[in-house]
Amino acid sequence: MKFGVVIFPGSNCDYDTFFVLKNVLRQEALFLWHKDHDLQGVDCVVLPGGFSYGDYLRSGAIARFSPLMQEVREFADRGGLVLGICNGFQVLLELGLLPGAMLRNKNLKFLCQYVHLRIDNPETRFTRRTRRGQILRIPIAHFDGHYFSPPETLRDLEEHGQVVFRYVDEKGEPTEAANVNGSAGSIAGLINRRGNVLGMMPHPERASEALLGSEDGRLIFESLVQP
Amino acid sequence: MIDRKLLADHNLTLEEYERIVSLVGREPNITELGIFSLMWSEHCSYKSSKAFLKKLPTKGKYVIQGPGENAGIIDIGGGLAVVFKIESHNHPSFIEPFQGAATGIGGILRDIFTMGARPIALLDSLRFGPLDKPRNRAIMDGVVAGISSYGNSIGVPTVGGEVYFDDCYSKNPLVNVFCLGLVEKDKIFYAKAEGVGNPVLYVGSKTGRDGIHGATMASAEFGKETEQKRPNVQVGDPFKEKLLLEACLEVMDKGLIVGIQDMGAAGLTCSTAEMPAKSGTGISINLDLVPQREEGMTPYEIMLSESQERMLLVAKKENVTEVQKIFAKWDLDAVDIGEVTAGRNLRVSFRGETVVDVPVDAVVNLCPVYRRPSRKPAYLRTVQKLDLPPLAGDLGAALLKVIASPTLADKEWVFRQYDHMVQTNTALLPGADAAVLRVKGQKRALAMTLDGNALYCYLDPRVGGAIAVAEACRNLACVGARPIGVTNCLNFGNPEKPEIMWQFKKIIEGMAEACRTFEIPVTGGNVSFYNDTEGVSIRPTPVLGIVGLIVDVDRLVGPGFKKVNDAVVLLGENSEELGASEYLRAIYSLERGRPPGIDLDREKSVQEVCIQAIARSLVRSAHDLSEGGLAVGTAEACILDHMQIGCAIDLEDKIRPDALLFGEAQSRILLSASETRLPKLLDLAAEKGVPAKVIGRTGGKELVIRQNGQEVVRLPVHRLFKAWKNALPGTLSIR
Amino acid sequence: MRVRILVSFKESVLDPQGQTVKNALLTLGYGFVKDVRQGKVFEIALDGITEEQARRAIPEIADKVLANPIIEKFTWEILTEKKKV
Repeated sequence: MKFGVVIFPGSNCDYDTFFVLKNVLRQEALFLWHKDHDLQGVDCVVLPGGFSYGDYLRSGAIARFSPLMQEVREFADRGGLVLGICNGFQVLLELGLLPGAMLRNKNLKFLCQYVHLRIDNPETRFTRRTRRGQILRIPIAHFDGHYFSPPETLRDLEEHGQVVFRYVDEKGEPTEAANVNGSAGSIAGLINRRGNVLGMMPHPERASEALLGSEDGRLIFESLVQP
Repeated sequence: MIDRKLLADHNLTLEEYERIVSLVGREPNITELGIFSLMWSEHCSYKSSKAFLKKLPTKGKYVIQGPGENAGIIDIGGGLAVVFKIESHNHPSFIEPFQGAATGIGGILRDIFTMGARPIALLDSLRFGPLDKPRNRAIMDGVVAGISSYGNSIGVPTVGGEVYFDDCYSKNPLVNVFCLGLVEKDKIFYAKAEGVGNPVLYVGSKTGRDGIHGATMASAEFGKETEQKRPNVQVGDPFKEKLLLEACLEVMDKGLIVGIQDMGAAGLTCSTAEMPAKSGTGISINLDLVPQREEGMTPYEIMLSESQERMLLVAKKENVTEVQKIFAKWDLDAVDIGEVTAGRNLRVSFRGETVVDVPVDAVVNLCPVYRRPSRKPAYLRTVQKLDLPPLAGDLGAALLKVIASPTLADKEWVFRQYDHMVQTNTALLPGADAAVLRVKGQKRALAMTLDGNALYCYLDPRVGGAIAVAEACRNLACVGARPIGVTNCLNFGNPEKPEIMWQFKKIIEGMAEACRTFEIPVTGGNVSFYNDTEGVSIRPTPVLGIVGLIVDVDRLVGPGFKKVNDAVVLLGENSEELGASEYLRAIYSLERGRPPGIDLDREKSVQEVCIQAIARSLVRSAHDLSEGGLAVGTAEACILDHMQIGCAIDLEDKIRPDALLFGEAQSRILLSASETRLPKLLDLAAEKGVPAKVIGRTGGKELVIRQNGQEVVRLPVHRLFKAWKNALPGTLSIR
Repeated sequence: MRVRILVSFKESVLDPQGQTVKNALLTLGYGFVKDVRQGKVFEIALDGITEEQARRAIPEIADKVLANPIIEKFTWEILTEKKKV
């Protein structure tokens, strides 16, 4: 499978993601520069984490106007696979490819720590290697991770099974303490109605090798790759 | 005749001025005076410290670059080298904690990538006054937020460091930042201005009026008018720096430039003077071409500005277009502002006139070197005397108090704000004895730590200096790393006071001896003098940044007990040393006595046993004993792993119970090993002549310590955990 | 021509930074403070368009770029130059 990792000015996790795809999963992977207009025939576009444009104005607010995002939108409209991680998720929200917006974490501080995620939809292209209710240990690292959506949208998302990952405690309960950034519905990641665009705040590329503390994140990449 | 006040404002003595006149061959104009003022300031010239720093060993088989460049470089084999350095940003962090700390990060990052290395780790040593004072809480809050904001944004993980609290830092917080980068040996770049006629390119942010005289501010004490110095602190732009980093690494990777220097302290002045000074050439620039973001800037302002995120490049003429194309791709200006010349002067023009024409050698190398007078301080006679207080009744209660003292307590409140995982190299999470970064594609890993006990240095500078090095190496040994290089940040008071100079001299002597024993070269560092406010000095605070190499990262262990029924082994020996301990400070508010003695050869052997034990997978955990002694170290071994396994310890030493539990005797490491590996571990220690004793067993949910059969501590592990975990967040949430 | 655009959170959105500022003011003794909402101010200098063109362009700029309509609202005004006497 061919992956394209987009680089915006200020992206930081582009190489980390590329390394997992190419060296750990041994897939074909290349970098896509934000100013280009060519997706180079990739099967999946990855918008990586980082601080595109320094998070100035709002996280992802300027990156979403990058020339390449025109092609990414058309690619998504055609059913192409798009994965947005952290800042990438924020770009997808600003693009309107996923509904909602991000606010500052509820404790008003940057948070870098492991969290537990519960799989609430194991049938997506991004989670088919997991089971419903499975708990993954994956780290977050963000300042603006508090997901927000108007009540009607939230109801819609739940009804259509679009909530893929939820912040939970070790036992799988979406408690207030486990919801460290205060996201509505403890939502950590969601998918569009069509099932081809997924955004998630936690970093699966940081949990794809045992040496770094957890391999749970690799399941997401493996789900994409498996035939 | 030169105006005395003008000289004083520029922090120059009359003698220094007369020397300048003789070196230049005439009286300098105001811009030239500003240039000398900056480059001959303590911060830039090291005039008070150079003579003493010569004592530090700087040579080694693997040293590619020692002191004198932007950072030190050590060969780590496999075609790779590590580039690292530590810098201070103390004075700006007192004035504006957030931006002071943030721009400190910006500065040290540039020092690393200017040599061609991609920065892969940051560590910081922070010292604040006690948290019961709101001002100290505000400074800590701002500093941590500033480091977090800059480091996270630019995508370099802050993987470790230390936080200390002491009243001497209340009006003089210390912010020392360390950065390490990885580079291919044949792709290292230096601050060279070679090739007469080669263009000089200015890249990065536009120049404004920020921080003019920042370097001179760092070279003077704070007084009552300090608050008004606010405009001197620069505002950092981490996004700009990220673009600068990527663009610079790209032009360096493609071999398009000849030399590069960052514009940090002393901005354009420093780079335009140092690059030709190092290369036997001169430089000529036109200030009209320098991108400016303010109107009507004078040559003085342009040359002295400390606007952030700027670099100076020297390129080959034929490569300029390519260089500019790459910078344009990253939305940055790369402006040709001058050229390398044959003479040995720095020549600057402005509106068609030559406004600066001085020999670079005079500016960079000919600042007088001072051997300031030193005198053993009178205070030592009193403070070194210690009358031991009567033995405390409840040593368990004492342990709970000591482990919750802010310097020892959990620092999660701090490091949770730092992205410590970006770049996916962090093999050991913060909170362990040292930071460990894997090297992608290899089995080897890098370990690094910052250490420096200021109380030891205050009570006996020579011993304190030696222990600072020993402790850092011991921390590295506990993750199985052998030390390969040292950088140091020496934070002191006013060097014009003989007592301070004596502390400085002695600490360097201690450090030098330890570095020679461990066979590690000092590759550079920073000296921060004048950490005084209204005449009150900080304690002498050397912060040692030591880097080590791990041969096989798969053998890595952490500090916490991993399994029940493992043997708990003490390497080294207990002795009765209560002086200078955290225990005396926390329980009795006593800061007296002598620091524990150190036998450097014994220390080296203990560390060697630990390194080999880890390499041979003989141990399941390793933790060094330092502040808080054996009791705190053992408690930490129980709580630092998420398993939180307790243990029962039996000690037979015939020394005072409080000294046994909390004394900070050196050269001790706490290990845990399985029954099956234990014999080999003990054999290894015996082979090296290192005392090793099984003192207990892991298991249960309590920490139990007995001395000669008598129970002295029995505490549930979860109570220790709670005390340790809640101390900092509890204090910081007071409004 | 200069315009000023104020962007702030919609009423329905929690503003923890505003709350924090409010609590700080109350702690400092300003008991009469009832509520604080934090926002952003953009001052944009324009050249080469008429006032009428500006009145059409500014709300578009605000809606498309400066504010995120899901969570933010905005107001704007053209700043009149003070006449020198």
